[in-house]
Amino acid sequence: MSGTPTIAIRAGRVRALKGLGLVVVGILALILPLIAPDPATTGMAVFTVMYVGLASAWNIMGGYTGYISLGHAAFFGFGAYSFGLLLNHLSVAPGYLPFVLVPVAGLLTAVLAVGIGWVALRTRAATFVIVTIAFMFMLQLLGENLVKLTGGGAGLALPYSHDWGGDFFNVPYYYAMLVLAVLALVISWSIRRSKFGLGLLAIRDDEDKALAVGVPTRSFKLTAFVISAVLVGMIGAVYGYYVTYLYPQFAFDPLIGISMVLMAFLGGLGTVSGPVIGALLLEPAQMEFAYRFGASRLYLVFYSAVFLIVILLLPRGIVPSLADLVHRWRRGAAGPTTTARGSREAVKAASP
Amino acid sequence: MSLLEVSDLSKRFGGVVAVDSCSLSVPAGTITGLIGPNGSGKTTVFNLVTGFIAPDGGEVHFKARSLAGMGPDRIYALGIGRTFQLARIFPRLTALENMLVPVRRAGLKALLSRGEWGHEKERAMEMLAFMDISQVAGTLGGALSYGQRKLLELAAVMMAGPELVLLDEPAGGVNPALLERIAERIRELNRQGTTFLLVEHNMGFVMNLCHEVVVLHQGHAIAKGNPREVRENPAVLDAYLGT
Repeated sequence: MSGTPTIAIRAGRVRALKGLGLVVVGILALILPLIAPDPATTGMAVFTVMYVGLASAWNIMGGYTGYISLGHAAFFGFGAYSFGLLLNHLSVAPGYLPFVLVPVAGLLTAVLAVGIGWVALRTRAATFVIVTIAFMFMLQLLGENLVKLTGGGAGLALPYSHDWGGDFFNVPYYYAMLVLAVLALVISWSIRRSKFGLGLLAIRDDEDKALAVGVPTRSFKLTAFVISAVLVGMIGAVYGYYVTYLYPQFAFDPLIGISMVLMAFLGGLGTVSGPVIGALLLEPAQMEFAYRFGASRLYLVFYSAVFLIVILLLPRGIVPSLADLVHRWRRGAAGPTTTARGSREAVKAASP
Repeated sequence: MSLLEVSDLSKRFGGVVAVDSCSLSVPAGTITGLIGPNGSGKTTVFNLVTGFIAPDGGEVHFKARSLAGMGPDRIYALGIGRTFQLARIFPRLTALENMLVPVRRAGLKALLSRGEWGHEKERAMEMLAFMDISQVAGTLGGALSYGQRKLLELAAVMMAGPELVLLDEPAGGVNPALLERIAERIRELNRQGTTFLLVEHNMGFVMNLCHEVVVLHQGHAIAKGNPREVRENPAVLDAYLGT
């Protein structure tokens, strides 16, 4: 077949282009605090990178398996609170040391996620969505009512370093968020390329059929759920340390859960890069809105508009829609019958 | 003992008795047909054997091992594969990815198993070529024709090398040319050692392909034998024609 080497060469070029893009984005992310050190920019960067991590982590469950959890804010808030309590009870000195303890918050979140997942994953589709939201509100209520533990509505104070001031204050948190976002991306990418990931995508397409070909759907789903929750919990921990004061309604905020979902939808569910693109587009836009219109929640109107546009015009998200466009352009014919990825894999498999 | 032994299997859905003390056996190395009028319980027997639904009574043994309490994934890992009445494939995965989904190992082992991609891809491409659909390896499942889906479903089930495959209406909705191709592939896989139990309404297909035929009527096995014996059995004629 004369077409096969051409496809392979094109696929190679696309890979090289992607690699180059990744390196450029990576370098930019690493040097951002050096080239734009003002606190307004680094503050925006902290939240943007946080949402890159959150959307990528959420995507491991929601995107790959198709189980839409709107309650991931439960793990975010739990990670923040458990980390805060840990620092306070162990009297950990503020500074860099608390960052080392972030995985402990992740472990605690894992225990919670096993419990919630065990129950929630007995349901499917809309019921699963509702059960996850219910758990999120349960945790918010616990945060408000377990006053002796969490401080309730009065909030929970976390230690913060007085040595970090001025332009530097955001920088440690930015890099901590960046590490977690990269971790979420690497895990997401590894899962997408693994047999386990293929099993998750099969569950998304047809769960009963997946069972029939030996995919242990319960353990696969629970594992994806816990991995996703642990990452979100760790990001929540760094968030808590960053904001230094936690309130139940802000830590267990349904809007945080919805934002990560919306970002993954906008970029492309079940793709590795989709949630990153979604977060990079939405979070700065949201912060710009907040800046221009004050603390009003007018940005929610903007979110609704984006959500409507995505559902109507790009129901599969930016990345899959662009991939289709590129594929059609490369083939010079209409009709998205195959994906570039599919062609590439077939070529790879057919090669000796 | 036969490869598959079904003893006194029963299943009731509310007031409807779908399977009623059904017993049948599938000897190793055979192609066995399971026939019967609509609503006689054939697909329910498949669902009971493969663990999709739990029986109210009776037992299923595979290689003398009871399948009681096992889910479909564990049963597949033991060596029983199945296809569905309407071909079911993963529409948003490519045909090749569809081939790579099947998991050979059960439970935690499945989770921890590293995909032997090189070997598995090679085997998947061989199997796709065997089914004459290797040209669509990179095509999304949802873009395949119905016939290609039928072939892909059968090919994917074979990926874990099951000893017994349950085919639910393999001839349903396919044209005569494809029908012959499917029959030929089943025969070839059978020659290579796979045992088949198939549900089918196309009597010509069943009589040409099967070594043995079991007839279900109202959830109960009423006759068993080679195709000629079954065709001439008065109880079978009575069940089908109501005479």
